Amino acid sequence: MRELIWRELTQAGEEIVREFAHLLPRLIEMLIITLVGWVIAIALKWILRSALRLAKFDKLSENSGASQLLNKAALPSSTELLSRFMFWVAWLGFILLGVSVLGIGGLQAHISRFFLFLPRVFLALFIVFFGMLAASFFSRATLLAAVNANLPSARLLSIAIRTLLIIFVVSMAFEELGLAEQTVLLAFGIAFGAVMLSLAIAFGTGGRDLARQFLEKRLVREEKSEKEDEPSPL
Amino acid sequence: MAEESVLTDDLVRQLINVGEVDILVGLPTHNNAKSVGPVVHAIQEGLLKGFPRERVVIVNADGGSRDGTPGLVTGASIDDIRHGYKGYALRTLHSISTRYANNPSARGGLRTILAAAELLRAKACAVVSPESTGMEPEWIPRLLRPVYHDNFDLVTPIYRRHKFEGLLVSNLVYPMTRALYGQRIREPYASEFAFSARLGSHFLAHNPGSYDSDGSGAEMELTMSAITGGFRTYQSFLGTKIHGEREGGDLVPAMRRTVGVLFSSLEANVAAWSSGNGSQPVPTLGSESEVTLEPIRVNRKRLQQMFCAGVAELEPVFRSILSAATLAELQQIASLGEDDFRYPAELWVRTVYEFAASYAKSVMSRDHIIQGLAPLYRGRIFTFLEENRSSSAEEVEKNIESLCIEFERLKPYLLEVWNTKK
Repeated sequence: MRELIWRELTQAGEEIVREFAHLLPRLIEMLIITLVGWVIAIALKWILRSALRLAKFDKLSENSGASQLLNKAALPSSTELLSRFMFWVAWLGFILLGVSVLGIGGLQAHISRFFLFLPRVFLALFIVFFGMLAASFFSRATLLAAVNANLPSARLLSIAIRTLLIIFVVSMAFEELGLAEQTVLLAFGIAFGAVMLSLAIAFGTGGRDLARQFLEKRLVREEKSEKEDEPSPL
Repeated sequence: MAEESVLTDDLVRQLINVGEVDILVGLPTHNNAKSVGPVVHAIQEGLLKGFPRERVVIVNADGGSRDGTPGLVTGASIDDIRHGYKGYALRTLHSISTRYANNPSARGGLRTILAAAELLRAKACAVVSPESTGMEPEWIPRLLRPVYHDNFDLVTPIYRRHKFEGLLVSNLVYPMTRALYGQRIREPYASEFAFSARLGSHFLAHNPGSYDSDGSGAEMELTMSAITGGFRTYQSFLGTKIHGEREGGDLVPAMRRTVGVLFSSLEANVAAWSSGNGSQPVPTLGSESEVTLEPIRVNRKRLQQMFCAGVAELEPVFRSILSAATLAELQQIASLGEDDFRYPAELWVRTVYEFAASYAKSVMSRDHIIQGLAPLYRGRIFTFLEENRSSSAEEVEKNIESLCIEFERLKPYLLEVWNTKK
């Protein structure tokens, strides 16, 4: 009996050692891939950071208002954030590649799904960044035009434009990620419709005088007499 | 080489028929049928009286008129003028017209005229606004003689103005140009001016359209080009200018055409403006300034109200452009009532310089920076109107001079913010 147990144990031990001996090269392979991946990820981070600094990406981000958002969220600058993002994506990719070398069943499918998902993440980030840029530009353009046209509630108008654009951009990004597509689409439709309806009601009833003033300015050419009262600039 | 890309085949054929000329008068037009007739007659009379022995041509660069303007220019008869004129014109007065584009553009019109002048080897060229209905024939020799006879390169006009007219020029464009580049040119943005072949060729070669996208400040660009290129400048007093609807125009487009070009010029000419101090008078024919005082209707309250609304609503925009101290001072004066409101010259100059530095740094869209300055300008104008409400012509001139000196005195501040911003 004792011999049987001993033999079984010895066999199990040998099996473990054999399995381990079989796994060890792949483990070392994984560690090497992870290490090389870490070096490549650092290099990619450095290259991206330098390229973004050269392209004055922080300035672009500052102009778009993205920097202010990042500051509020206590996050680093957009250049640093994107560089770090690149580092982690690259390294994570290498780690997963290393794990796949181990040949653990079922993991391959998840890993390939992760790699297929990456371009969509990038595209969503791209949409959000340039969407923020557009939202910031158009809301500022609206604000300036409204102030110089002497329209009341210029900032409210500008905020409304910004909010609408951000809602639009975020819904586009979610659609790209394939996250709750139907819900986001529905939510966007409801939010957009609600904003438009409330604007129409506010403009039509709440701001009857404003609406009249606005239409008179556009249609009755009253503006000309106001201009005549302003000294000629040139 | 420049004319190859600017001149159409049809225009080249017309120019070849004309041959070499001594003097060219350019008339950029777009739907000016109502006003162009008297202007063409004044040009013809001015050329007949002032340059009877010279080979002259009138070139109409049209930006797609649909009211028959080019026909009115080329069809204008000179016979009536010849009858009234006692002397003899020894040369044929040519008049040609070309359409440079289907939409008007100051740069397109000016470049067509410059390229035609270069091709015809004109020694002196003048550009006249088709809206200057009050133009006198004497304006032509007054503009062209200093170039043709005395080798000056740019002649800008001086107009007899109402004390409250052209306030963007007197409160910003003139004082700042003078402080930075050291030349006292009263009308850096002119709708009537003359230039030499040298300056024309230099401008064509060095200004492919760098300053603004729609080319609306081309006249100002030519002045900047002359100043920074070291060309000889001159001023001629012309008389009363009746501004057309489009010439005066809205404030923001006017600021784009003038302030935008001036701010843009700083970036390319740092060495030229950062070194010198003070300013020098420019040789001038006739009076250096004439101001009329008749009462006019101005809505001062609206100006102050638009300034206050601008300061309040545009705070996030100003935070990116102005220093905290300047913004705080603006907010402080915006809180004052109409009677106590005063936008001091020193604060105005600091505001303008900080805008110029932010424009160079492109802290946001450059057009937005120019638009942001408009409400503040209105506040400054309110103060200018209040300060000069009952001033005599001499007092107005003295106030403008003191503002110019303030711009010159604070030039180191511009350098400071310029370097900080960089």
